[in-house]
Amino acid sequence: MSSLHPSLPGALAPSGHSPWRRAGVQLLRGGAMVLVLNLAIATLLTVGGLGPFKSNLVVSMCIGLVCWLIIDGGRHAVAVLRDRWRAARGLPPGRPFGFPGWHWLLALCALGLVLGPVLGNLLAAQISGDHIPGLWPFAGSGTGMTWLLTLLASAIAVLTLSLLERLSHARADAEAARRVAAENQLKLLESQLEPHMLFNTLANLRVLIAMDPPRAQAMLDRLIAFLRATLNASRSSMHPLATEFERIGDYLALMGVRMGQRLQTQLSLPEELRAVGVPPLLLQPLVENSIKHGLEPKVAGGRIEVSARRDGDMLVLSVLDSGVGLGSVAPASHTRFGLQQVRERLHTLYGSRAGLELQEAAGGGTLARIRLPLPL
Amino acid sequence: MSRPTALIAEDEPLLAEALRADLATLWPELQVVALAGDGQQALEQALALRPTLCFLDIRMPGLSGLEAARALTEDWPEGPHFPLLVFVTAYDQYALQAFDAQAVDYLLKPVDSARLAACIARLQRTLATRQGAAQELSSSVEKLRALLGAAPPPGSVPRLEVIQAQVGATVHLVPVSEVLYFEAADKYLRVVTAEREHLIRTSLRELLPQLDPNVFWQVHRGTVVQARCIASARRDESGKAILTLKGRSETLTVSRLYAHLFKGM
Repeated sequence: MSSLHPSLPGALAPSGHSPWRRAGVQLLRGGAMVLVLNLAIATLLTVGGLGPFKSNLVVSMCIGLVCWLIIDGGRHAVAVLRDRWRAARGLPPGRPFGFPGWHWLLALCALGLVLGPVLGNLLAAQISGDHIPGLWPFAGSGTGMTWLLTLLASAIAVLTLSLLERLSHARADAEAARRVAAENQLKLLESQLEPHMLFNTLANLRVLIAMDPPRAQAMLDRLIAFLRATLNASRSSMHPLATEFERIGDYLALMGVRMGQRLQTQLSLPEELRAVGVPPLLLQPLVENSIKHGLEPKVAGGRIEVSARRDGDMLVLSVLDSGVGLGSVAPASHTRFGLQQVRERLHTLYGSRAGLELQEAAGGGTLARIRLPLPL
Repeated sequence: MSRPTALIAEDEPLLAEALRADLATLWPELQVVALAGDGQQALEQALALRPTLCFLDIRMPGLSGLEAARALTEDWPEGPHFPLLVFVTAYDQYALQAFDAQAVDYLLKPVDSARLAACIARLQRTLATRQGAAQELSSSVEKLRALLGAAPPPGSVPRLEVIQAQVGATVHLVPVSEVLYFEAADKYLRVVTAEREHLIRTSLRELLPQLDPNVFWQVHRGTVVQARCIASARRDESGKAILTLKGRSETLTVSRLYAHLFKGM
């Protein structure tokens, strides 16, 4: 389970309550179940003619509760301590919550099975003041039966509880994953409809309407195509590379109106690759980063080259800019989100066969390169 | 009174031209003396031409509009009136919230004519009731201080512990706690310790969020000093202050914007 969303520990971390409190709630649930089991055992023993109900109940309650404390309490204690240990080393908490690993659980069960009947019987004898026959030391007629019942009850409790907890974890994970997906969708949309880009483009459009109506119309067409592609990007899973280049062309043309002489662009797409399917607007975050972090900070502006080529059975898409380069600048969260989002999309669709790398370009500037497998 | 003059700093040529055209229509007496395409140019032109008004786009290459305004307050000479500043932005909410504008205003892009007319009316009112130049400068400084303070927090950037300064093939590790002060020098940053100094290829803008603001004080747009290394601050008449450091002979200048850090207790 821990491998479900390794990249999103924060989003899936249990929120709100402290681990001790959360463990306490689970522990009480286990305790309630143990009480019911003990009641059942005492009833069974009584019906089977093995002694009076009251003493059966006291004995089974005592044994059951000792086992519960050792096994259920023990595993939570181990799990919480382990999570503290992990937190001190900067690791995310182990998952699922309250599960210390099978080796620990088996060791605790063994301990519970040995100590449960012994301590439970001693406790029961203390409470009732009776001598309980054949339970201490390990001899006598009832011993075998006591151990067998303890074993059975513990097995039922442990298995049922772990099954229930796993179910609820799976449900919580699915819920969190849905929430993360929705958040990412929203962030993706927000990053593509970046307000600065949108309002500056509209400001330019407003000027062009009065100054150069045909050019304003052309710009508006580009904006419409780009907006439509952005809103559709989440729905359609693939579009031809030629369309991808058209949309990137739209985006660059809009930026070109805004930046004027400061932006030069070149798109090169070989004829034979035009029909290859790619995830829509896959390149957009890379082009946007090139402009925003490469060229916009540079007073003189520069050049962006977007190109596609075939390399054996791989498709290589490159975005090269002559901007300020990666330098020592720690990428802003927005950049990171853009890159992370490209990587995630690639990973979802192609697994480890696709990848994105970012490097300092030879003549200054930045080169972002995506490699993905060509369909056969 | 002589004709008012204006500088427009805007990196998008169409928008700069359009603002000039709109201003010409709505305020014919106003003379646009310069169009600057980046923040550095805006700063230099403003200092050279001393316009009555500056329209500053916030996002520009080189210096941002806010940084240009900050530099302008630091470098503005004693005497002449400080320009009235109007910030222009597509979408910087924090800039909007910081201004409950009196002498300073902001415009949202796209700028519609009615809003621009209101802005012009406000500017004209302010010009008509101008106070003394010195008073104006200090009120601009106050406003900018509030504005720069209101800029969004830089997120959760981890604090820097050690600076890695490369000299040839050797990387020197300089604990941040040993740094007396940082000083911007072109594209580099001087890192001065008691023993020696290093040059690193980082801007102050990138470094600042990684420093503890209680330990390192910005005293000038190009200078950040470790507070416990300061021996004394001496104020001069122009509102600036001069810092002397413990055990050092050199002095550091505190700009008007940060002079308030050195009031006697």
